[in-house]
Amino acid sequence: MDGNLNALTTVFTEFYYWVTVVFMFLIHVGFCMYEVGASRHRNHMHTLMKNIMIIPLVTVTFFFFGWWIYWSFPNFPFFGGLNHEAASANLPWSQNMAPNLSDRITGVFWAAFLLFSWTAASIVSGAVIERIRSSALWVHAVMIGSVFWIIDAAWGWHAEGWMVKYLGYHDAYASGVIHAIAGGYALGVIMVLGPRIGKFAADGTPRDIPPHNPWMLTIGIFLIYSGFWGFYAACNIPAISPEGIGGLLTGETWTATNIYLAPTSLSAITFNFLMSMSGGLMAAYLVSKGDAFWTFSGGLAGIITASAGNDLYHPIQAMLVGAVGVVIVYKLHHWVERTFKLDDAVGAVAVHGYSGVVGLIIAGFLLWGAPSSPYEGFATVNPVGQTLGAVIMFGVLGWLPGYVISRIQAAAGVLRIPVEVELQGLDYAEHHAYEDAKAAIIEADKAALMGSSKVPAE
Amino acid sequence: MSTIGYDSWAVDLAEVGPVYPFQGYEILMVALGVIFWIGWHRAQFVRESQHLEKAKRMGDTEKINALLEKY
Repeated sequence: MDGNLNALTTVFTEFYYWVTVVFMFLIHVGFCMYEVGASRHRNHMHTLMKNIMIIPLVTVTFFFFGWWIYWSFPNFPFFGGLNHEAASANLPWSQNMAPNLSDRITGVFWAAFLLFSWTAASIVSGAVIERIRSSALWVHAVMIGSVFWIIDAAWGWHAEGWMVKYLGYHDAYASGVIHAIAGGYALGVIMVLGPRIGKFAADGTPRDIPPHNPWMLTIGIFLIYSGFWGFYAACNIPAISPEGIGGLLTGETWTATNIYLAPTSLSAITFNFLMSMSGGLMAAYLVSKGDAFWTFSGGLAGIITASAGNDLYHPIQAMLVGAVGVVIVYKLHHWVERTFKLDDAVGAVAVHGYSGVVGLIIAGFLLWGAPSSPYEGFATVNPVGQTLGAVIMFGVLGWLPGYVISRIQAAAGVLRIPVEVELQGLDYAEHHAYEDAKAAIIEADKAALMGSSKVPAE
Repeated sequence: MSTIGYDSWAVDLAEVGPVYPFQGYEILMVALGVIFWIGWHRAQFVRESQHLEKAKRMGDTEKINALLEKY
């Protein structure tokens, strides 16, 4: 760090990402609470463990190869091959990937992306509760968290990604890059996995399986909102000079940029985060006829729908985009559920996947002609590029691998838990010692009660 | 032609102000926003009235009495 200003910027950037990562941890806390709140008593520990173990598994694999993929894949395979130069600095044995006082940013930037990886995996986790084998889910978590989402990040989120360059793809706060891919992946898995026992009546009518704990669900979703706000900040580069981005901007004014190095501000995204959340909540309340959980999730769906363009929308545009998106995804969720008998336990495919797709397409129209990047020669934002981007995110990198890997797991007999275990509950099956111990203690208490001499006197 | 007024970011940021689409139509956008807000209240009033009307005929006297005894 030569010079006090550079030192200050470096330390500020390091601290900035560290803070966003800590906020983003709340997303995972929220997902855990939401999933446990939505599951039935007999599946609590399994649901919790299924989601908790995503953390270490995705973290170590993201260290080993996920981060390398981000830096090497922006133009792979058709537009220039692997970027060995950028990637070599991010190999797990690189000296940048360790305590190193000449590089204070790689660790915190890596962590910000890693937290996105957990989120992608956790979105899938919610859709498949109460019937998937943990082992199967954990393979999916590694595949989406450390392979497929980071390929899509390299293609559509890296400042030099081919989708940005040739399609004019613009997805500043990850409508597609996180949410459409995770929703698409979840759809691929649940198509093979099948519904929970009892989800559909004999005539095919879907039943609502109510959450066992509305409080946990409510706190969970609000923790997700809090983390999502941190996520928005994590999608920015906080302070950079025109020289620092290769003179792509002219003049001397420093700025925050989005992930594409295009100028933006925390003020802009704060307006739009809150207005899109509000539009989503209001529309979801109306369209769901006051259903509490769809209303809460609607706030999230509103933000996700507006996220692609939330660096550039007017706040009222963000509100209306969030509202429109929620109505579409709510209707689409119920149509898919009724028509194809798919059980998406927490509405993850709708809230994340359909919202992401709708948000990308709307951004193509609203931001038509806006520069996708400050680099010269990059395509501008346009509806065709955004729609193709949505297909790539949701379909090619999300749904397809989710479906194929699930089919392989199903063929090997390792995807779904046995019917007998599903009926008695995963917690009894996998934590029977706890259940047995509890039963034994209850028996002992009852025995003490029957023999009054053994009951302690007051 | 760009909806945000910029075709390129190769500009001096000191001279850049608003960057949202359809600048100049702010009053129209606010009007749309207010219509959405007022419309929401109207729709919610109508929905709630229908719900309350339906709900007031659902109660079973014995069950209501039992509920009152609970608290």
